This record gives sequence, structure tokens and C-alpha cells, in this order.
Amino acid sequence: MTKEERLKKRHNSEKRFRFYGLASIFVALLFVLILVNNIFSKGSSAFMKTAINVEVFFDPELLEVKNGSTLDEIQEADFYDVTIETILKSYPAKNLDEENELIDLFTTDAEIEIKNAFIKNNNLVGKKINLEITASDDIDQLHKGNYPRDLPEDRRRISNFQLKIYDNFVADDKIIKNFNNYFFSNGDSRNPELAGIGGALVGSFYSILICLLLSFPVAVLASIYLEEFAPKNKITDFIEININNLAAVPSIVYGLLALQILLATIQLPRSTPLVAGITLALMTLPRIIIPCRASLKAVPPSIREGALAVGASKFQSVFHHVVPLALPGTLSGTIIGLAQALGETAPLILIGMVAFVVDIPATPIDPSASLPVQVYLWSESAERGFVEKTSATIMMLLSFLIVMNFVAVYLRQKFEKRWN
Amino acid sequence: MNIVLLFLITIFSLSLFFYGRSKTKSISIQKNIKLNALPKFYGYYLVLWCSIPSLVFLLVWSLFEPVIIKSIIIETAANQGAVFNDKNEANLIYEKIKAIHLGTFFGDIDTILKESAISYAKFINLFTNSKIVLIFGIIIASVIYSLKKIKNNNKARDDVELILKGILFASSLIAILTTLGIIFSLLFESIKFFSVINIFDYLFGTNWSPQRAFVRDASAITAAEYEELKDAFGFIPLIAGTSFIAFIAMLVAVPIGLFSGIYMAEYASIKVRRISKPIIEILAGIPTVVYGFFAALTVGPFFRQIGESLGLSVSSESALAAGLIMGVMIIPYVSSLSDDVINSVPQSLRDGSYAVGATKSETIKQVVIPAALPGIIGSVLLAVSRAIGETMIVVMAAGLAANLTINPLESTTTITTQIVMILVGDQEFDSPKTQSAFALGLTLFVATLILNYIAQRAVKKYREKYD
Repeated sequence: MTKEERLKKRHNSEKRFRFYGLASIFVALLFVLILVNNIFSKGSSAFMKTAINVEVFFDPELLEVKNGSTLDEIQEADFYDVTIETILKSYPAKNLDEENELIDLFTTDAEIEIKNAFIKNNNLVGKKINLEITASDDIDQLHKGNYPRDLPEDRRRISNFQLKIYDNFVADDKIIKNFNNYFFSNGDSRNPELAGIGGALVGSFYSILICLLLSFPVAVLASIYLEEFAPKNKITDFIEININNLAAVPSIVYGLLALQILLATIQLPRSTPLVAGITLALMTLPRIIIPCRASLKAVPPSIREGALAVGASKFQSVFHHVVPLALPGTLSGTIIGLAQALGETAPLILIGMVAFVVDIPATPIDPSASLPVQVYLWSESAERGFVEKTSATIMMLLSFLIVMNFVAVYLRQKFEKRWN
Repeated sequence: MNIVLLFLITIFSLSLFFYGRSKTKSISIQKNIKLNALPKFYGYYLVLWCSIPSLVFLLVWSLFEPVIIKSIIIETAANQGAVFNDKNEANLIYEKIKAIHLGTFFGDIDTILKESAISYAKFINLFTNSKIVLIFGIIIASVIYSLKKIKNNNKARDDVELILKGILFASSLIAILTTLGIIFSLLFESIKFFSVINIFDYLFGTNWSPQRAFVRDASAITAAEYEELKDAFGFIPLIAGTSFIAFIAMLVAVPIGLFSGIYMAEYASIKVRRISKPIIEILAGIPTVVYGFFAALTVGPFFRQIGESLGLSVSSESALAAGLIMGVMIIPYVSSLSDDVINSVPQSLRDGSYAVGATKSETIKQVVIPAALPGIIGSVLLAVSRAIGETMIVVMAAGLAANLTINPLESTTTITTQIVMILVGDQEFDSPKTQSAFALGLTLFVATLILNYIAQRAVKKYREKYD
């Protein structure tokens, strides 16, 4: 091999090496892109729901209430007959089977929607109104194009007759897409068209609030102690080793801890944001202490010495001067820790947050779901409608995380002093 | 009740603050002496003495009161002739008694339940009353003590700072308490488990199927039953599955992470670095349940389709899909750690290599990486410990049945998956099946602890070498 050939070979290998580096960064970026794109393309349709416009006649003969009934009486009353009548009038069905298939096109909560419309408007008895009733999950998915129509009938959840009704409705402009308020206001449900993340949002909010209230003060106080007051001795070393190890303990172990101590020993109520908050706080604590200590360490000693020189006590120098300067870094570390806690799933599954909870929790000691657990629960469901619901929940979760991370970065860049 | 007490303690503390401040002021004027601290510190001193002992007492009391009352009530109910065979039935009776007391029970009430409900009401009353009396006793005692101190013109600021320092120290002890809590809660159940299942049968058994273990009473197991039991709790398939999936994950994460770390540290311009580094770190910020969803609903079926078109049988819960996505999740851990490590290799080493005519890649391969090797190995070990402790991806995308295989297209299970599967939903405590989850947790805890320890030592040693 001549000199020139060898040099060329070496330069080629240089180029190759550089290409590998660039390619791996590119691959990593590509994964982010695929993941986000996949979630968004699946999930964005969940923010709209399909409704069917029908004419409701509040027939006095079918109703148990009259004009002027009190709210309690209306709530107690049965609107089932009116609902069935309304649905059957929307399309001619020949026999019982066809009638049932027609009824299946509407949500199981159609009766409640009609009742609510009755409550909202006064004196409807004997009158007709046009009302948009939420369609069943199958129609919803069909209308959004998530459901293949060209399968043979026995492999479809929608019969040929139902398809015919649907096409008729579409031709008559009776099928409407509007904003899916159920998705934000409802709790969990077995019917995808009624299922929402309302309960999970409130549950996550309470859990993170409790996590913040418990972990932030303790983490700040602990890092102040370790950074400013702790003597160099074995106890301090031991505490530091513990904190570093706890930050690397798998999250599921915290779930086992909560199960044994919080649920079995202290007997706090299962599946509640209270237990979730405490568990997440224990898990987040070391993850907040580490950035807190870093930001305290970044405050130069001259600040402390200046305060001490004019006669402040050690405490005053720390709490009047060092802590305020370290606060932006501390806060941004806390927010990032909370963002991690918000997405944490495994420990919450172990403390029973996978229970099927329909009601939206009123207090932190009511059973509840949380956003990531809702993702897990829905992803295990077979119904097609839950796929878009799961993706939409992930979109909500990711947007919270993005906002939190931006706030953290903003706090650090805007308020943190650079000392060198 | 507790809220009223908290409110009262707050009110007392606030009024004591103002009392202490004005009292010391007036003492200093009357007796014409110089105070040893600013008047407000005397106020703080009283507040701390009034609130901390009573709050700590209230917290401890509230934590243990329900547990103690429960055990007393169950015992009295048993003495009165209530029959229950295990803990669950005892809990049921206790809940009934509580519901009768609250007036929300609508079933048949026999005399035993009625008597127990009456004694329950008695105990609740007794406990509440003694709680109130004790709290007021504590408040009065500590306030008398602290008032005496401030009348003697103590150095209130020093005392306040000492107490606050104690609070700071107590906060940092929570980390130790958490570790102890983890160790005890894992050990407690694991010891029970290992008293039934021989630890060697657990560690070296090759069959894991805890759903077969229907033993209610762990204390009376015949030899034949034990043979069956020990066959249900063999750890080998789990550690094999866990390491297999972690291995696939590392096959993805180590090359991609390491190469991107090298590129960022050695080649990338500041601009490229500033954009691409945060984007790669997004991968670490995405919740793992999202990866799990992606792996289970998109990647798994995708592999299955490809496999079918090639004529291979691919499980839709293949180890490959779970491992691949886990690897993607771990990329940023490897890349940012190795980036840091490579950045801290001294420039003089590179300059020396360039001076003898090496190209950039030759310098990296022959000088920088060997120098940074301990640090890189440390970061890979940290990534491995992430991978074996990762739960949601494998719960959602890997299989549930233990399966000793090295075929990445088949489904396998992991330690974390099994913990979740055993503990999800209702579980009876005191069965070997439930306890086995804690034994798995303990194994996982010890394994990650060892990996982290070695990794942290390696990184630390390496840093000391070049600092």
C-alpha cells in the first residue's frame, strides 16, 4: 500500500466515524418524531365527538312530569319512553331486531342528555325540539374514518342495516361533529363515547399538589442543612449516600413501600390521591434534593462571608442571602421533579389506582384515577374508541410536561444569576 | 376534630407570638435591662415551643389511633364470640361495626355486633378525649417552660436557631427513614415468604407460575404441597427474561447513545449541540407509560406483520418490541452521561495525539475513549439498572407468562411485570403469592443497588483521576 492510499483510507475511516455519530443523533431524533407523530395522529380525533341530530317530542302521555315540576321531580322522573320514541322515529325500523340496532347507534346516556335538555329549557312538555344526541362509539369511529367499512359483515361491529341508517343520516346532514366536552368533564366509563379524563385530571392534580406540599419544603430544608450546616462526619456521609441511592431506586419499589407501610400498616384509604401524593413525594424527594443542593452550591462563598462580616448570624446569612439567590434553581429543579412524578405510573398501580372509578373525586381521600394510570387502563381495553382516547390522554399529559419544563427553563434563565 | 385542633394550635401560637414580643419589650423597659435578642425572637421562640411538640404528637397519634382501635375492637368482638377465620373476615366485621356506629349499616345486626358497636363508640370517645387532654397538657407544659425561659431573658435568637437547625437536620433524616422503610417493608414480607419457600428453591427454580399457588394457610403445608409450591416460585425464568430484554435494550441504547455522545462532545458545533441535546433529552422526559402504549399498540403489531410476511411466527408481545422501545428510552441516559464523561477528558491528551499526526477519529478511538472508559462503563451500568427496574414498558408490551427462551420473537416476562401482575387488584395478604412480590422487589432493590454502587464508584474514581 502506498502512502497516498493509506492516507485516503484513514480519511475515509474518519468520515465514516463522523457519519456514525451524526446518524445516531438522527436516529434518536427520528424516534422522537415518530412517537409524537404516532400519538398525535391517533389522538387528535378524540377531541371531537359525533352526534346525531334528532327531533325530540316531549309527549305529555309518555312523560311523568308536567310543566312546573320541581327540579327534584324531573331528576327522579323516567325519560326512557320519550328517548326510545325519539330514536325510533328517527328512522323506520321494521322489526324488533332492527329497532335494537337503531337504538344501538345512540349512546347509552341518550336518556340523560334528553333529560338535561328538558331541565335547561323551561316548559317543554308537549313541544318539539331538535337535539344533538351523542352517537355510540361504533358510529363515532366510523364517522371519523377509524373503522374499515369494507370488512365482511360478520367481522364488523356495525351491521349492514346500521350502515344504511348511517349513510341515510349523513345524506340528511343529521350527523354532526362537535367539541367533545365529555372527554374533559366525565370520569371513566365502559362506553368509550362517554369516557373522559375529568376524574384523572382532578386525581393527578391532587396527587401532585400533595407531592409538592410534602416534598418541596422537606427537600429545601434538607438541602440547606446538607449544603450549609452539616458537619463533615459519618452521619452526613451516610445521609448523602442514602439520597444518591434513593434517586436511583426503581419507582416500583416505592409502590411496594407504600403498599406495606401506608396501606397495610397505617391503613390509609386505598386508590386515593392522598396515598399517591405521599408515595410520589417520597420518590421525588431525592430527585429534588440533588438540583437544590447544586443551586445552593453555585452561590459563591463571598455572599456568605459578606453577610457574616457585617454581623449576621450563620442562619441570617443563609436565609436572608443564600437561599433567595438559590431560589430560581431550586424552583426549576422542583418543577422538573414534579413533572417526573406526574408521569409516574408503576407505584400508583400498586396502591390500587387502577380501580374503575366513575365519580370525579371531590377530596384527596376519595378513590380516583390519575392521568398516566388512565393511559394504562384504557390501553388494556379492547374497544377501538379507547385507542384515540388513550392517545388524547397522552397528548394532554405531554402538554402538561412540556409546559412544566418550559416554566422550569424560563425560571432558570430569567432569574438565575451567573457568577463568573 | 383534627382540623379544630390544628386551628386551635395555630391561634395559640399566633397569640403567643404577639404576647411574647410585647411582654419582653415591656420587661426591658420596666426593669431597664438590655434584651439578649430582638423582641420578635422571643415571639418566635414561644411559637416554636407551642406548635412543634403538639403537632408532632398529633401526627403520631392520628397515624396510630385507627390501627390500635381496630385491633382492640377485633379482639373484643372475638371475646364476645364473633367467629372469623382470617384477616379478611376480621376486617369485614370491623367495617360492619364501624358502619353500625356511623348509622350507615342496613343489614342484620346481631347482639355481638351491637355490643361491639357500643364498645367501639366508647373507645372512640375515650381516644378522642384523651387526645384532647394530652395535647392541651403538652401545650401547657411547653408554654410554661418557654415563658419561664423568656422571663429570664434567654438568648432567644440562638435558641430559635438551634431549634430550626434541629428541624433542618430532621428533614435530611427523611432520606434515611425512606431507605429504612423500603428495606423493612421488603424484608418483612420476604422473610415470611422465605420461611415457606426455601431461598435456594426460589433462586434456582426454573418454573414461575404463582397463579397456581393456592395455599391459604402458610403454616401447615405438607411435603407434597411444598413440592408443588416450590415449583411455582422459581426465579430463573424471571431473571433470564429481565436480562434478555435489558440486553436487547442495551444493544439499541449503547451504540446510539455512545455515538451521539461522542458526536456531541467532539464534533458538533455549539449551535447543533444546543438544539439536538434538549431534543434527545425529551426522550428521557416522556413518561414510560407512553412508551409502553407505543410499544404495545404500534411496534408490537408492526413486528408481527413483518414477521408474518417473512413467514416467521412473532408474538405480538415479543421481547424484541419491548426491548427496542426500552432501548430508545435509555438513549439519553447513555448519551448525556458519556457526553459529560468525554468532555472531562483533558484537552492536553487530544493535543498530544494530534501532534503526532492522528486524525480526529483515531484520537477519539485510541486516546479519548480509553481514557474515558471507566466513566463510560459507569454510565452504561447506570443505564442497565434503569432497564431492569423499568416497569411500564414491559408490563404493557412484554408477556405475562414466564418463558425460558432466547428467541427475541417470543414473549418473555420480567421481575417488574410479575410484581405488578401479582399485586394488581385485590390480593389477600399473608399468602405466599403476595409475599413473593415483595421477595421479587427485594431482589430488584439489591440488584439495582449493587449496579448503582459500582457505577457511581467507577464514575467518581474516573473524575478524581482528571480533576
